[in-house]
Amino acid sequence: MRYYLEFERPVQELEARIEDLKRLSNGGNLKISAEIKRLEKKAKELHSEIFSSLSPWQKTLLARHPERPYTMDYINMITADFIELHGDRRFADDPSLVGGFARIGRFPVLILGHQKGRGVKERISRNFGQPNPEGYRKALRLMKLAERFRKPVITFIDTPGAFPGVGAEERGQAEAIATNLMEMSSLRVPVISVVIGEGGSGGALAIGVADRLFMLEHAVYSVISPEGCAAILWKKEGEIGTKEFAQAAQALRLTAEDMLAWKIIDGVIPEPLGGANRDPETAAKNIEARLLAALEELSAKPAGKLAEERYKRLKKLGGFNSPKPA
Amino acid sequence: MTWFKKTKQELKKVKIPEGSWIKCESCKEIVYRKEIERNLKVCPKCNYHFRIDARERIELLFDAGSFEETDSQIVSADPLNFRDSLAYSERLEMNASKSGLPEAALAGTALVGGIKVSTVIMDFAFMGGSMGSAVGEKLVRAVERSIEEKVPLVTVSSSGGARMQEGIFSLMQMARVSAAIGRLKGNSIPYLSILADPTFGGVTASFAMLGDVIIAEPRSLIGFAGPRVIEQTIKQQLPENFQRSEFLLDHGLIDVIVHRRDIKSVISKLLAHLAPPVL
Repeated sequence: MRYYLEFERPVQELEARIEDLKRLSNGGNLKISAEIKRLEKKAKELHSEIFSSLSPWQKTLLARHPERPYTMDYINMITADFIELHGDRRFADDPSLVGGFARIGRFPVLILGHQKGRGVKERISRNFGQPNPEGYRKALRLMKLAERFRKPVITFIDTPGAFPGVGAEERGQAEAIATNLMEMSSLRVPVISVVIGEGGSGGALAIGVADRLFMLEHAVYSVISPEGCAAILWKKEGEIGTKEFAQAAQALRLTAEDMLAWKIIDGVIPEPLGGANRDPETAAKNIEARLLAALEELSAKPAGKLAEERYKRLKKLGGFNSPKPA
Repeated sequence: MTWFKKTKQELKKVKIPEGSWIKCESCKEIVYRKEIERNLKVCPKCNYHFRIDARERIELLFDAGSFEETDSQIVSADPLNFRDSLAYSERLEMNASKSGLPEAALAGTALVGGIKVSTVIMDFAFMGGSMGSAVGEKLVRAVERSIEEKVPLVTVSSSGGARMQEGIFSLMQMARVSAAIGRLKGNSIPYLSILADPTFGGVTASFAMLGDVIIAEPRSLIGFAGPRVIEQTIKQQLPENFQRSEFLLDHGLIDVIVHRRDIKSVISKLLAHLAPPVL
């Protein structure tokens, strides 16, 4: 059974009818097959129509879609010879952030990303993709390893945020994130990041300081979740729900389109109709193509120049008013 | 029945009258305002350091009259056109008139015991000391000034975190300022980070926790996630003293807790220790 979001209800109904007809016809009846063809065309049109004007909140829900491919899915579809490496060498291994060496096309790379789980048991063991400090420290250890052996770093971002827990605070969640931001900004190898689902605040950015940053078409990236934003703005005035979340998502402008317009990201990677969850292979192919192009481009640059350009990129990311610097 | 009446009366008594008495946010004791003001705004009962504004901090930290403000012209733009009950631009104006500051941080140069430093001081009164693009830019410029003039950097944080109203631009400030501090470290220029109540979110998770030496005021709340968010997530009561300076010190996250009256002399000593070797 496919999982449908609320706004996909009309498509769901059509597709259920198509399924029924298929079962009825059993391949024989020509009249029914014609009807199936007609309905399939209609379903597709309806789907395109719905997806041509998704609201930021609908995109947020899509980015969290339980059938959306996760980091490990993409690693399996895109890379060869992946070997997962574990642990931060200080406290623990964090299953909500995975990484290791792999190959993409002709490029040996170090690839890592947030990992959500599928099904109740794995979702819990992956902590819903919310890393503890050890996750970020593992990521940094692997990135430093990549730097030493001159392998480009690829990161997949997909987290609601860094985990807000007692242990996380005791072990320095803030310090772990801050250190990653600082160290990533001066890594002497190419860094390419892709927001594949949820880009949840500092917990996302902690593996996202990159030379090239891309977003999947329906991914979102934000300083705070729409729910968190709505709670801050409107909780005092009473109960908040979907309406307020949608309003907050709108105000935060967290879509790939917005990020591209502001030049926060370098490109939007298209998703198949209905989202990456409908056709993970196509989504993976699109990501792979973009990664290969970026690897080709960045591998040609000398190490010193990379870090210099990355710093310049970062410096441009401001929205403030000031007369020309004195 | 009389019990209930009694309780109600007692509750009434605890209500704090405006003006001459204030309630300590840390130990909840009611203390005489004048006594607190005489005591550098430190609670005489529990040593909690009340929030003070950026100007008061400048007086506390630097040689008299030595602070020279820089980059005062940098103010927030409104890249998202953000609007809740109030437009962001109006909220900025409101906070400016309330706090008497153009932004949530002041940047400048100053002397500590005769040693020149580049500095950024946050003020919680301006939109909860939140870091948006303007605060980020002031920090980046302060760091670059440190590098150019080869003078140490001193920051005082007091902030709820990244500024929501500037969305992704606020988030990116975390990367910007951390990258700048990375360069400072590459140049072996000392960076002292002072954490005041409260310091959270995107500020803790960027420049505030990257100090070569991290100093906190007593009993300040410092963390990544806010205590209420954590409580809601884990559905348990939080341990006593959770996210207070003393808790952070116990867990090895900060170097030292310093009382306000000693902060200037501690900073001077540290700067002397971190100065380039005399050969």
